Amino acid sequence: MEVKNIKIKNMKTEDFNDNEYLEKYVEELKKGGVNVAVGVLDDLINWGRSNSVWPLTFATSCCGIEFMCVGAARTDFARFGWEVTRNSPRQADVVFVAGTIVHKMAPVLKRLYDQMAEPKYVLAVGSCAISGGPFKDSYHVVRGVNEVIPVDVYVPGCPPRPDAMLYGMMQMQRKMKLENFFKLPNKPTIPDTGKSEGENK
Amino acid sequence: MEKIKKLILSIVPDAVAEEAQYPTFTVDASKIRSVAEKLKEKGFDYLICLTGMDYGDSLGCIYHISSSTDKTSVIVLKTSTSDRQNPAIPSVHDIWASANLYEREVYDFFGITFIDHPDMRRLFLRQDWNGYPFRKDYDANPELNPVPMENQTIAEMENMPSITLKSDGTVIKKENALFEKGDYVVNIGPQHPATHGVLHLRVSLDGEIIKKVDPNFGYIHRGIEKMCESMTYPQMLHLTDRLDYLSGTMNRHAMCLCVEKAMGLEVPQRAQYVRCIFDELTRIASHLLGWGCMCMDMGSITAFIYGMRDREKIMDIFEETGGGRLMVNYSVIGGLAEDVHPNFVNRVKEFIPYMRKMIKEYHILFTGNPIAKGRMKDIGFLSKETAVSLGVTGPSGRASGFACDVRKIEPYAAYDKVQFEEVIREKGGTFDRYIIRLDEIEQSLRIIEQLIDKLPDDGFRAKVPAIIKLPAGEYYQRVENARGDFGVYIKSDGGKNPYRVKFRSPCMTLISALDPLCQKEKIADLIMIGASLDYVIPCADR
Amino acid sequence: MLELIGIRDWIHNSLTELISEDCSWVVSLIEYVLIGVAFLAVYAVLALILIYVERKVCAFFQCRLGPNRVGPWGLMQSIADMFKILLKEIIRINNTDQFLFKVAPFIVLVGSFCTFGALHFAKGIHGVDFNVGIFYILAISSLGVVGILLAGWASNNKYTLIGAMRCGAQLVSYELSAGLSLLTMVMLAGSMQLSEIINVQEKSWLLFQAPIPALIAFVIYLIAGHAETNRGPFDLPEAESELTAGYHTEYSGIQFGFFYLAEYLNMFIIAAIAATVFLGGWQPLQINAEWAEDFNNVMNYIPTWLWFFGKTFALVFLSLWVRWTFPRLRIDQLLKLEWKILMPISLFNMLLMAVWIIWIK
Repeated sequence: MEVKNIKIKNMKTEDFNDNEYLEKYVEELKKGGVNVAVGVLDDLINWGRSNSVWPLTFATSCCGIEFMCVGAARTDFARFGWEVTRNSPRQADVVFVAGTIVHKMAPVLKRLYDQMAEPKYVLAVGSCAISGGPFKDSYHVVRGVNEVIPVDVYVPGCPPRPDAMLYGMMQMQRKMKLENFFKLPNKPTIPDTGKSEGENK
Repeated sequence: MEKIKKLILSIVPDAVAEEAQYPTFTVDASKIRSVAEKLKEKGFDYLICLTGMDYGDSLGCIYHISSSTDKTSVIVLKTSTSDRQNPAIPSVHDIWASANLYEREVYDFFGITFIDHPDMRRLFLRQDWNGYPFRKDYDANPELNPVPMENQTIAEMENMPSITLKSDGTVIKKENALFEKGDYVVNIGPQHPATHGVLHLRVSLDGEIIKKVDPNFGYIHRGIEKMCESMTYPQMLHLTDRLDYLSGTMNRHAMCLCVEKAMGLEVPQRAQYVRCIFDELTRIASHLLGWGCMCMDMGSITAFIYGMRDREKIMDIFEETGGGRLMVNYSVIGGLAEDVHPNFVNRVKEFIPYMRKMIKEYHILFTGNPIAKGRMKDIGFLSKETAVSLGVTGPSGRASGFACDVRKIEPYAAYDKVQFEEVIREKGGTFDRYIIRLDEIEQSLRIIEQLIDKLPDDGFRAKVPAIIKLPAGEYYQRVENARGDFGVYIKSDGGKNPYRVKFRSPCMTLISALDPLCQKEKIADLIMIGASLDYVIPCADR
Repeated sequence: MLELIGIRDWIHNSLTELISEDCSWVVSLIEYVLIGVAFLAVYAVLALILIYVERKVCAFFQCRLGPNRVGPWGLMQSIADMFKILLKEIIRINNTDQFLFKVAPFIVLVGSFCTFGALHFAKGIHGVDFNVGIFYILAISSLGVVGILLAGWASNNKYTLIGAMRCGAQLVSYELSAGLSLLTMVMLAGSMQLSEIINVQEKSWLLFQAPIPALIAFVIYLIAGHAETNRGPFDLPEAESELTAGYHTEYSGIQFGFFYLAEYLNMFIIAAIAATVFLGGWQPLQINAEWAEDFNNVMNYIPTWLWFFGKTFALVFLSLWVRWTFPRLRIDQLLKLEWKILMPISLFNMLLMAVWIIWIK
């Protein structure tokens, strides 16, 4: 699927940021060529997946409150079909890493991610999850969750507004709609953060 | 105060008395227990906070002690030990129950062992952490403590080392087991919907009945206090918001007050009024969320959504004036960041009757519900003595009859100019802790109502020097946040960075109340009692 | 008339015409397959509808909008969910009893499906019609608890075990009240056969035939049935805020989907049985008086399947209403409610019904 063909209700492709990034991603996926029949099936599967994303109830700090707000009355993420928050990682599709991840929590988060069933996605919510945020100088804070688990979408803010999280969710839907089910999984590996070996262990 | 001075001098003749903000006494470490016992007898039964300190050449502890009867009197005890290799101070955990966790925290940060303390595990950091981060000579090299990829072992979590000193001076090291052999231990958390964050409770069960609860902290320990030591005072403000994010405005207020007091700065009346209004709005928002979460933990999700719905109204007011929703970042040293939005007064005035109406709806939806009543009846009683000894303050403490509202004890900002009632209930049951929050919302509305029409017009910020330096000394400021007695302790050496900052977190003591409250109750009640205490984990972990 | 019985007869007639009489077993075989497929389809579609309805209704109770992005008014939401859950990875967990772990969701599903097969959806539309229909329903619907107990045990997880034990205690208890209140109605109807029970209600629903004992039985059955579906104030086996996800904590993908499906279908089945036994099943509302002849005719004009589904969904709505309003009970309160309140009342009610039948009717 082309990036410009992705349909997100009430949002035009031009209104999204980072379209170039997605186009590059599509190019990479298409390198082996696309089978038409399989492509249609792919679209169907991706339509299902992207519209039924069940988040794991997981929040460590401040961003968790805004995550609750996303689920509450005003900015209701049930509209997107995301409201079935699962408490068991086995049944969840996406983990919102909402809040700071510290050294003691890192192995727990990793285990949670390992316990989730494929396909699984990660949203890093808030500056703490992205880079350590205001706490990056601390002795006990992990500088971004990408040191522990691979991240699909970053939502900046401290904490991000509920609207920003909805936007991040829609970006994630766009990404999901580009996936190829009938090819080798093209999940992003842990990206090179450009940090020294010692920090990146 | 003279009496106290005489009393302490009679026990420890060489104690050094100082007249600082609070009467301060420096006592030798070997005498600290006898002084503490005597003070407890004299009615000083509430240990507000216990601060560890690295003086450079020695390591020490600072005890802020108050009384549940004579609430305005606070005294400070100090003690230190010059042995940096194996520092040891006698434990006071049996005198004040709250010292149990405080001493573990000091051990974790400074490596001071407390003699006779039964449980000298690290509180926040992992047991395999290298070094004591709050010591001034701590090696912060990340290679020493890399991000771990393996969880802690059961043995690390359950073996409690302790040190006892015999009368002949020999030291006995022991390892106690946390649970009995064959206990059915269930891990609740760190990722669990009902721990309100990342608390890790290890619960031993007998069928559905709880035998013991062991809280594990540190899954969101961010080292805020240590970070503050390398920051300037205005920079520190941003971290205070993120401690207890639900009462961020109040925590920030505390920090501002503390710095302003140290500088001797006069804050305009308008700023003080607006700060009060913001505090109370934050309190309402926090109580709404606390109420909602408690209902959700009992299985009523609709009530939670109702609470969040009305909380959004407050978020709108915040956003219009301060620009932020959850983190308003509004108070600054010397006053407010900006003047209030022109709509502010009207919006708040509209909100008051709306909220009153909604509280009635909450009572109809949940308080009167027969199942809710049945669930909360006769469960989780916290006696006043236990509450005081554990340092359980705020709504939870007041539900047990412990009148601990700092707004009344040490009025700050505009709280001495308003009429309001300190809601106190006697029984200390779960229902009391539930209903007291809704009652406090009404009182908060009353405070706002009195202030909102009388906003003075004398500017919103005082003149503040570009670089803020505090005169050398120690400063302590208490405020009442949504969970209780929040305190900021700053020790300054005259520079632009503080020497040591300590936040007195009301949440940690709330969590320590879980074990006594949940004995012999069912596992479903643990969740409900936890929610009724309404703790916020990042505040406890800091 | 939009009756489904016409379609049934048409299929049967055309099949018998097509195939010679010597091979009537072929006709039967084709019909069995058709019926099976139809039941499976209805089962799946109903589950999708119920999931959508629950999410939408719950959203309206909570001042939200609910799904509205996938398709018009979010109608396609459950279909998207189905695609997702079908393609989700099924995690194989070490240190579990693999056989029991895999077989548990099927038992739960089979239990609910077998009950589903015994329902009467419209005039002449039903799978089986035993002469001990009620007995069969009571027996087979308790099969699910075996699956849940197995799931909890085989997962080798403390949460699931607690959830399963709670579920066992709960179902064994509430089965009693549910059974007793149904038996009370069997006494009134004079038969255990569902078709017979429905026929008895042609002139007036059983609820109106013996208002006082029937109403008591109705209320008790709704409470007990609600408890049997593990929903609403009785969702202790799942108890989201206590046991993460209860007995199905370790299940992922379609295995979890089975539990999810069975849960919703059980809600429907309980409502359907209540509608059949108390509210006349597919029988239209009739007023037994001369002046109401026109009214009765209008009611008769409404197709029977609409009556059945209308009544059932009204009861489903009631169940959702309760679920999204009440907080959860504690395990001891739950058992106390059953053994100290509902059970004695049901026993007494049975006596009352006997008295009513002998002297008043």
